[in-house]
Amino acid sequence: MSTDPDAKRTRTRRRISAFLLQNGLYFFLIALLGIIIAIDPGFFRMQNFVFIVTQSSTRIIMALGVAGIIILGCVDLSLGRNVGMAAIVSCSLLQAVGYAQRIYPHLPRLPVILPILLVMALCSLFLIAIALIVTKLKVEAFITTLGFSLIIYGLESLYIDRLNDSAPIGGLDPAFSAFAQGAIEFRSFRIPYLILYAAAAVGIVWFVWNRTKLGKNMYAIGGNIEAATVSGVNIVLNSVAVFVIAGLLYGFGGALEGARTGSATNMLGEGYELDAIAACVVGGVSLRGGVGSIAGVVTGVILFQIINYGLVYIGVNPYVQYSVKGLIIVLAITIDSQKYRKRK
Amino acid sequence: MISDYVLEMRGICKEFPGVKALDEARLLLRPGSVHALVGENGAGKSTLMKCLFGIYRADSGEILLGGRQVSFESPRQALDSGVSMVHQELNQVLERSVVDNIWLGRFPTKGVVVDERKMLADTLRTFGDLSIQLNPRQKIGTLSVAERQMVEIAKAVSCRAKIIVLDEPTSSLTETEVEHLFRIIRKLKEEKVAVIYISHKMDEIQMISDEVTVMRDGKWIATERVADIDRGRIISLMVGRDLTHLFPPKDNLPSREIAMSVRNLTAAYQPSIVDVSFDLRRGEILGIGGLVGSRRTELVETIFGIRKMAGGEIVVGRKSVFAPYPKMSISNGLGLLTEERRATGIFALLSVQFNAIIANVGAYCDRLGILRRKAASSDTQWVIDRLSVKTPSQKAEVGNLSGGNQQKVILGRWLLTKPEILLMDEPTRGIDVGAKYEIYQLMIDLAKAGNSILFVSSEMPELLGVADRILVMSNGRVAGIVEASETDQEEMLELAAKYL
Repeated sequence: MSTDPDAKRTRTRRRISAFLLQNGLYFFLIALLGIIIAIDPGFFRMQNFVFIVTQSSTRIIMALGVAGIIILGCVDLSLGRNVGMAAIVSCSLLQAVGYAQRIYPHLPRLPVILPILLVMALCSLFLIAIALIVTKLKVEAFITTLGFSLIIYGLESLYIDRLNDSAPIGGLDPAFSAFAQGAIEFRSFRIPYLILYAAAAVGIVWFVWNRTKLGKNMYAIGGNIEAATVSGVNIVLNSVAVFVIAGLLYGFGGALEGARTGSATNMLGEGYELDAIAACVVGGVSLRGGVGSIAGVVTGVILFQIINYGLVYIGVNPYVQYSVKGLIIVLAITIDSQKYRKRK
Repeated sequence: MISDYVLEMRGICKEFPGVKALDEARLLLRPGSVHALVGENGAGKSTLMKCLFGIYRADSGEILLGGRQVSFESPRQALDSGVSMVHQELNQVLERSVVDNIWLGRFPTKGVVVDERKMLADTLRTFGDLSIQLNPRQKIGTLSVAERQMVEIAKAVSCRAKIIVLDEPTSSLTETEVEHLFRIIRKLKEEKVAVIYISHKMDEIQMISDEVTVMRDGKWIATERVADIDRGRIISLMVGRDLTHLFPPKDNLPSREIAMSVRNLTAAYQPSIVDVSFDLRRGEILGIGGLVGSRRTELVETIFGIRKMAGGEIVVGRKSVFAPYPKMSISNGLGLLTEERRATGIFALLSVQFNAIIANVGAYCDRLGILRRKAASSDTQWVIDRLSVKTPSQKAEVGNLSGGNQQKVILGRWLLTKPEILLMDEPTRGIDVGAKYEIYQLMIDLAKAGNSILFVSSEMPELLGVADRILVMSNGRVAGIVEASETDQEEMLELAAKYL
């Protein structure tokens, strides 16, 4: 290494800018959080934190699904509509027996798990179709999933229109509501089920990503598809598996959303895909593929939720909230592309 | 029937749009032998191996593996049948660890869990056997190209393959590393592994291989025992014709006047070029030689202003330039024919006319910025006639022409800017012999007319045949500038290895 002061200064400057690049987003978010707390110190309370994490739970479950697809080097814009469809279908099958406007008046009371498994399977079917089109026919995932989000939206809207006159599907079976709204009471401490579901999803997906062949192949396909191909990795099979996992997570997350909010309309899930993708990028999952971690996804979702909730908490104009969210996304994606840019 | 050969490839044909890449190619491989596969760039060596490995499907021909006919549809099938390959382009997942890359495609499992302990232990054992000292947990993107090449070789070895294809495995290895590789290959031979060794380096071929197959223009030319054939004979089989007929007569006379002077040029983002100085004379073709990764492309791209320079200066005519950018370079009379024709040269889906005039489109517009169609089409016609471009019309999509004709259109594009200095980066890569000759002729004609050319090439014969002087790069530096008429391939190779 040369010792002349000029070169040294350049190196130091490089190191500082690299550091800023790696952590720039966190500085920004911490500053934003600082502003929120400065405006209303009451924000910084355990109760709020538990609330935020609870709110994040379903988002984490969905984001984990799309994160795998992003690591694979694709993207999925059908997340929101899959979630909406899952909520509508599961709610329609799990209305309280005594409810007057039951969609299926003669349906016996179903065990909660049955419709949930059904919608998980439904979402997986859509995602299998997407995966096959993307990997076998080599179509851009962006457009394919955009198309599928419209297809699914059409179908779920038709379903709710024909069967329920487009009214929200409510009057849910108390067991279903409890499934999402309940909590484990532990003396004065209360752990909502939602957090447990998210924790379970995190654990399972972590295991798949880090301990199984599928996970390693997923990183390899996203990192360098040529290398994966010549090393004998079955691109189609592995991709389909990653998409199926996403479908299962969307289905489960969608059912939880329906049960959590107590009713479902065809508006549910709208725009969730962008939130989820943004949270992944904030958490360091690169849109180039091949890079990302579970910890990053979880951090990304929670940070995003903190900012979201914090802005509401201090009463920022909702339209301004949109712009702040957009700014975070642009910042995150700029940092992501700078990190992997090849300088010439 | 038991065959003498572990692998027989016969009558292999493969056609790509506009190019017949393989034409009745043949390769017969004996067990436990090292078989060199040689030929000029574009002779079809890599294509033949990709047909073997299931990356390409041959249009016709048969492949027998241990006497049994096979036809691999994917690399997976080839690997399962005991064929592994070290690819020239080092296909690795840079963000993942060494050990993950070595086991990619065949992760061992215990139940559903990947057996990391076994992976690590086996990798360390393989590294030990091959005396490779690398940390298997390191991210592969942090390794040098030479280290990555060794990892690829270790991967091929650890597959326990019966046949290993090494496609230019030594392109970025130093001499000691090459010796190391040869020890590994000898060991493999003892274990009855057959090795197909693709290389341009005659020394290596004579040192390590038992047999050699020569290919030219996609055809099988000869297979000989290395002991029975000398280097000159191999080269003349590769080249196929007398060198005098391969290149047009060199009748340009470089003047003493200096067209461009490059002084102490260093690029901003290293590793790249360091402290490069040379003069380019009017009417001169200055060849730029060197190994893969010697930063030749970086040199011409820095001069043209695609890459940022950190220090030094470029003097064009009387003008000093310290921070060039492409538009400025064009107005200074420079033109750059880029290396990757498909990626940075042609607009494949657009017409011949568009491709011909795009570098100079302002000249074909009137004051309102509206294209003067007559001027555009008459100049495009000039390009088509002057360079004898074979195209159905000016409106034809450039992507449908053959590689040679595409290259002529791009060259024509630069000629329309009336450049004084042309930077040509591998101008004859991937085009057929006839078109090569025409391009050489054109270069010499341009030089005769007083233009100057920087001619980057990986093919030493064409540097020797077309250039006046040759600048050899080594690891980003100038290793030497030699007169083309007084040097030979050996001296150039020595120079190319100077700073490794």
